[in-house]
Amino acid sequence: MRERSNIKHYWMMLIPGLFLLFVFNTYPLFGSIIAFQNYNPFKGMLHSKWVGLENFEFMFRLPDSRQILWNTVYIACLKIIAGIVFSLTFAILLNELRLRFFKRSIQTLVYIPHFLSWVILSGILIDLFSLEGMANKVVQWFGFQPIQFLGSNRLFPFLLVGSDVWKEFGFGAIVYLAALAGINPGLYEAAAIDGANRFQRIRYITLPGIVPTIVLLVTLSLGNILNAGFDQIFNMYNPVVYESSDIIDTYVYRAGLVSQQYSLATAVGLMKSLISFFLIVISNMLAKKFANYRIF
Amino acid sequence: MMTNNSFASRIFDHFNVILLSLLALLCLAPIWHTLALSFSSKSAAEAGMVFFWPVHFNFTSYTQIIEDQQFWRSFLISIIRVILGSSLNFLMTLLLAFPMSRTAKQLPFRNAVMYFLLFNMLFSPSMIPMYFTVKDLGLMDSIWALVLPSAVPIFNVMLLMNYFRNIPKEMEEAAMIDGAGPWYMMIRIFLPIAVPTVAVITLFSIVGHWNAFFDGLIYMNKVEHYPLQTYIQQLIVKIDPSKLTVEQLVKLQNVSAKTLNAAKIFISILPILILYPFLQKYFIHGIMLGSVKE
Repeated sequence: MRERSNIKHYWMMLIPGLFLLFVFNTYPLFGSIIAFQNYNPFKGMLHSKWVGLENFEFMFRLPDSRQILWNTVYIACLKIIAGIVFSLTFAILLNELRLRFFKRSIQTLVYIPHFLSWVILSGILIDLFSLEGMANKVVQWFGFQPIQFLGSNRLFPFLLVGSDVWKEFGFGAIVYLAALAGINPGLYEAAAIDGANRFQRIRYITLPGIVPTIVLLVTLSLGNILNAGFDQIFNMYNPVVYESSDIIDTYVYRAGLVSQQYSLATAVGLMKSLISFFLIVISNMLAKKFANYRIF
Repeated sequence: MMTNNSFASRIFDHFNVILLSLLALLCLAPIWHTLALSFSSKSAAEAGMVFFWPVHFNFTSYTQIIEDQQFWRSFLISIIRVILGSSLNFLMTLLLAFPMSRTAKQLPFRNAVMYFLLFNMLFSPSMIPMYFTVKDLGLMDSIWALVLPSAVPIFNVMLLMNYFRNIPKEMEEAAMIDGAGPWYMMIRIFLPIAVPTVAVITLFSIVGHWNAFFDGLIYMNKVEHYPLQTYIQQLIVKIDPSKLTVEQLVKLQNVSAKTLNAAKIFISILPILILYPFLQKYFIHGIMLGSVKE
């Protein structure tokens, strides 16, 4: 009897959230059917003309589509690899520090950029890397010609990756630091007694100790391969570097909301969601297999 | 940590301290540079003379900001957004996580709800259908467009739900015997136990709302309704002239000087920097709870 009345209360708790999710997630998902239409906002979803897969065919025939997909995957992969390498190195070096206070202070400082928005950071970075910016002042100081960091298709992707690493390496290290804290200190003592030096201890104890965490993060990052970072690129890029930095999300924004090709942009977005879904499922399966970890 | 006083080891230690200090400074440098810029004279800033120390120290930018009505309007909108948005996030997380932490026996259809949550976590609508949904609901130019679409952070719900499920059954039974109903149980028993997790989730939600700019850009037609980050984005990154009146455009061009922008950037970082010590205290613990399950 008691349980019965509880059920009613549980549902009262659930309903607001489920309702909001339905309205702002499920319903717009079904709104994606405009990808199969020639959508006209004045006629609405019900009265727009159906065109089948035309938008998708058009998408694949677009001269830019291959470039955009390549940019997305390329930038995302570079960010993932560089992010892991730098976070891991930083975590290991920090772990070797003996002064607790110093360790704390450094941690406090390197986490700060993570909490600032890309709007703010891109404002600062664009100023730093412009032709008259501080970076070029340094370049000139060494006797070189000023460099077009923001207008060069060769350099710009690296600026994106570099600034992303700069923003996130400290924060990304937290997971590794947690894993490092879990390594049995007895191992280090035993190794020291056996005559292992610092580097051998890092090589044979620290590194193997966090391999499971590395494997886990690598497999989970697979699900993010189509997310090259909209906020950052949207705020940092300019028409000159579209060729090297236009990613799926920025393209959807420009095609959809700026040029008002609603159906095409939705088709591109839908394609991305589908591929992302499979990538997430695969990465979850791999994580379960190699690292015994489940998100769902 | 073991001590090992070999020569190579000591060299490594010194090298390590220097390298990590440089890294830490590198993370602070751009922000410091912006601060120096905001206290410098316009001419020195435009000439690129300012590095890490203000040139011709003055407060002009800050006194000018006091007169910028749009800045303060946006500031206020951002504050309202943070309060409204993160309270909503907190409420929804709690209200979903608690019943979902019950067994399928206590809550019939629990598994169906679970699939619904998972489905919505894995698939999120793309930009265009989302835009039309908000538009069709008549939320354009309203603060609700900024807080409702992200009101339910499903990932956080899962996190808190798992936390709740690990609370010993005995605790629940004892409360039941004392006559606690579901609401009492959720608020007075489960919530206090989960305070560390909830604190982390809420702090991140505050930062997220404060830093968001894109929804402001697409859902707000009028500049007067821009939250702070959107306003700053328009100011320093690119100005979309189609959205501004001529008067506003002239005003923007007059004031979009380097030092002034630097000062605005700095003021907009300030709330995060004030919140930061509290964040710092909680998040390391909280993230470890969420990310490494062993």
